[in-house]
Amino acid sequence: MIEIRIHGRGGQGNVVAAYVLAGAAFEEGKRCQAFPNFGAERRGAPVVAFVRISEKPILRRCQVEAPGFLLIQDESLLHIPSVMEGLKEKGGILVNSLKSSEELTKEYGRPMVALAGSQMAAEIVGKPLANVALLSAFLTLTGLLPLEALKKALSKRFRGEVLEKNLKLIDEVGAQVAAGLWKKEAKHVACA
Amino acid sequence: MDSTKLKQEIQERRAQMQSAPKEGVAGQHNMEELRKLQPRYRGLEAGHRACQGCGEALAARLVTEAAGPDVILTNATGCLEVFTTPWPQSAWRLPWIHSLFENSAAVASGVEAALKAQGRSTKVIAQGGDGGTFDIGFQALSGMLERQHNILYVCYDNEAYMNTGIQRSGSTPHAAMTTTSPPGKERMGKRHMKKDLLSIIAAHHIPYAASASVAYPADIRRKVRRAVSIEGPTFLLIHSPCPLGWGIESDISIEVARLAVQTGLFPIIELERGELTGVMPIRNPRPVTDYLKLQNRFKHLFTDDPRARKEREHVQALADHNIEIYQLRGEGVDALDTDGADTVRRGGVVD
Amino acid sequence: MLHALEGSQAIAQAVALCRPAVVAAYPITPQTHIVENISKLVADGKLKCEFVSVESEFSAASVVLGSAATGARSYTASSSQGILLMAEVLFDIAGMRLPMVLTCANRAISAPINIWNDHQDAMTVRDSGWIQLYCADNQEAIDTTIQAFRISERTELPVMVCVDGFVLTHTLEVVDMPNAEQVDSYLPPFTFKNKLDPKHPLSLGTLVGPEYYTEARYSLHRALEKALPEIESADADWAKICGRASGGLLTVDGPESASVGVLAMGSVVSTLTEANEILPGKKRVRLMKLRAFRPFPAEALRQACAGLKELIVLERAFSPGCGGILGTEVRAALAGMAKPPAVRNFAVGLGGRDIPLGTLSKLLDAAKAQGNEGFSILDVEPERLPPEDR
Repeated sequence: MIEIRIHGRGGQGNVVAAYVLAGAAFEEGKRCQAFPNFGAERRGAPVVAFVRISEKPILRRCQVEAPGFLLIQDESLLHIPSVMEGLKEKGGILVNSLKSSEELTKEYGRPMVALAGSQMAAEIVGKPLANVALLSAFLTLTGLLPLEALKKALSKRFRGEVLEKNLKLIDEVGAQVAAGLWKKEAKHVACA
Repeated sequence: MDSTKLKQEIQERRAQMQSAPKEGVAGQHNMEELRKLQPRYRGLEAGHRACQGCGEALAARLVTEAAGPDVILTNATGCLEVFTTPWPQSAWRLPWIHSLFENSAAVASGVEAALKAQGRSTKVIAQGGDGGTFDIGFQALSGMLERQHNILYVCYDNEAYMNTGIQRSGSTPHAAMTTTSPPGKERMGKRHMKKDLLSIIAAHHIPYAASASVAYPADIRRKVRRAVSIEGPTFLLIHSPCPLGWGIESDISIEVARLAVQTGLFPIIELERGELTGVMPIRNPRPVTDYLKLQNRFKHLFTDDPRARKEREHVQALADHNIEIYQLRGEGVDALDTDGADTVRRGGVVD
Repeated sequence: MLHALEGSQAIAQAVALCRPAVVAAYPITPQTHIVENISKLVADGKLKCEFVSVESEFSAASVVLGSAATGARSYTASSSQGILLMAEVLFDIAGMRLPMVLTCANRAISAPINIWNDHQDAMTVRDSGWIQLYCADNQEAIDTTIQAFRISERTELPVMVCVDGFVLTHTLEVVDMPNAEQVDSYLPPFTFKNKLDPKHPLSLGTLVGPEYYTEARYSLHRALEKALPEIESADADWAKICGRASGGLLTVDGPESASVGVLAMGSVVSTLTEANEILPGKKRVRLMKLRAFRPFPAEALRQACAGLKELIVLERAFSPGCGGILGTEVRAALAGMAKPPAVRNFAVGLGGRDIPLGTLSKLLDAAKAQGNEGFSILDVEPERLPPEDR
């Protein structure tokens, strides 16, 4: 089982990201679980969502304490100490930022992969929401699920032009990030 | 006026009626036979346990008579529920449901929703006293009106919580004595005004809302028939004396109710979509003291206390205000029973 | 057919499969997504029913009271303060023996205000006369919702389906959604002999004096007791159609040889099941999922506890000034056994506090320290208490 924690701010589509990622796992015949760290947060406040992907039925319903991966929708969230909490030793951090991966890694003292998700989404979809871009990058980096599964899951939630543009975004992001970079990590952080 | 004088008046009027020339059917039959010739649908059967002279029991009978048999009734907790349905007996000949004090309108909403889902055309009538309507059930009533349920809501207004032993309600008139608004050194009965419920109902812009009084049975019947013929929420406020709560003798309750109308203290009006479209005129407005003096609940207004005179004047001013704003002044004498003919139409679309 | 659905969406679809004629609801977190999804099904013409958007939970319950009494299959949902605002009506619905289903998206009670999950809301109306069934996952939430209509209509008792707020309602997971044919073959159209009908006028909700009140209340008690086999057969019959059972009155998991048992209700059972599987073999417990809280299956519980030395009752609510609610009831039920296990009682996860996998080990350790009549809150943090309460 792989456990993922998604950090964002209210209004950035954090829960949708979690649901779509879990939905993609379902499209591949896997078991999945996605839920927000339910809060009374309004727009702009830091929020968290969790995703579990497994070959077997998932029983635990607690929050993800030791995630294998962190998806960070907004670089400013890295200043919150609890954001990195519990991340597994070999776990990966994917950050939506205009900085380079090297810059981020140096600045925060941990290996990180940067993705200009908001910028790409603004250009392709017309809205600077990084959530779908981050999912595409995450799946490309880990090879956990094919991008086709992500597209299928997305098409169950969106329609028309919005969907078309997001599908394009998935492809463009997928072509840009290093495929398989986190393949090893994905094996390391898996739990029973 | 005291009650002895009033009773004399009543006797005289009855004698007049009996000595009047009899024509047609009425001339050939006594009253019993006449009744048989005019069978009415009885939704509320005799034999219930209301007090003598209960205005609410009479009003409920008139409402169900006029509405006919294809009706489902809901009932808020209160006297009407208690005196009609002591298990295992029931005085209702109509399907009837009582749930709680504050939800008659909401239960009726559910009944109506179910009927709609089942494609049935049965009319729903929600009933409540003034406590269950003005106060604790007000939210549910407002919701029912706002959602445009096809329901007639009837409030039997006896101006206090009579079922629990005469406590003041939002409907209790100013200065009235109840067990929770007693007069004393610091108080002259209820300090606050009677809530202007009809104006609040009117603000919901429902198709039809009206007030009525048990003193005018034909007017009640006409208004009920009109209300149930309308698809949508309608509201009827019926002034219903409570001999026990008002401190009056049982055999004058109808006359006391009539005086409430004739003084202007209980205006009989009709509202369509929030606009005033009809009133029952008052030919010779009576001084409010004629009404107040008959009732123990206003006894403290007839003492030497200087506050008593002030309060009487205050109540008179309230009546004058009603007459003014609803333009109640009319010509000639008051009919015993207007039969609706006296209602002055002031426009409106519903007929 | 398998779907990845949010719990609320799954519950809404299950409700729609049951073809309710009237749905009335008032929004409250975390119930909102259920009624939003039902509203959408109605708006899209996928569910033909009267959806009444009321002005309060009090009216929501009152509307379904009225619609059920008029012979319409009726449904509502609420949570927390909404359940408490409904309380007066809930008692009335059960006392009037009106069939209907309510989903309670379980949430804590004010004060302090808290929108997160525990069981204080449903436990507070345990004496209302409603059947209460608790779900461990969203599959059970779907299946129990469908079963609830059948149980309710056969017993003429209202059924509350308890699903943990957020933990189930807002969690997307894989569920098997039954189809209309399956549900229709299981759940016949609703007919109610005591309905309001001008052709056969009945007076419902009459005043009952001391001469009959005792008997009326006793009949309600008997009706709930008689519902026990209905709950079991509803589950068994549904399992014949869809191949899944939701746990009847209660289920037992874990090694038969275990001398320690743990009993809980709701979604925490799911987490405990995994926690139990990863414990060393010798330490594994007999894990009991109590599905029916009302009626309380005392006999089934005694049978399930046979041979146990210790039973730990883990609950998500308590009665201030007394202790555990479920624990107290379990103790009373087991007192009738020849060799009852020692009962330990803990509350955990109040107001949404997370219940991690490690809770089971912590519980087993804490149980050793607790006396037989004890009650404690497992995850209380002393440093967060005012000094006088530490």
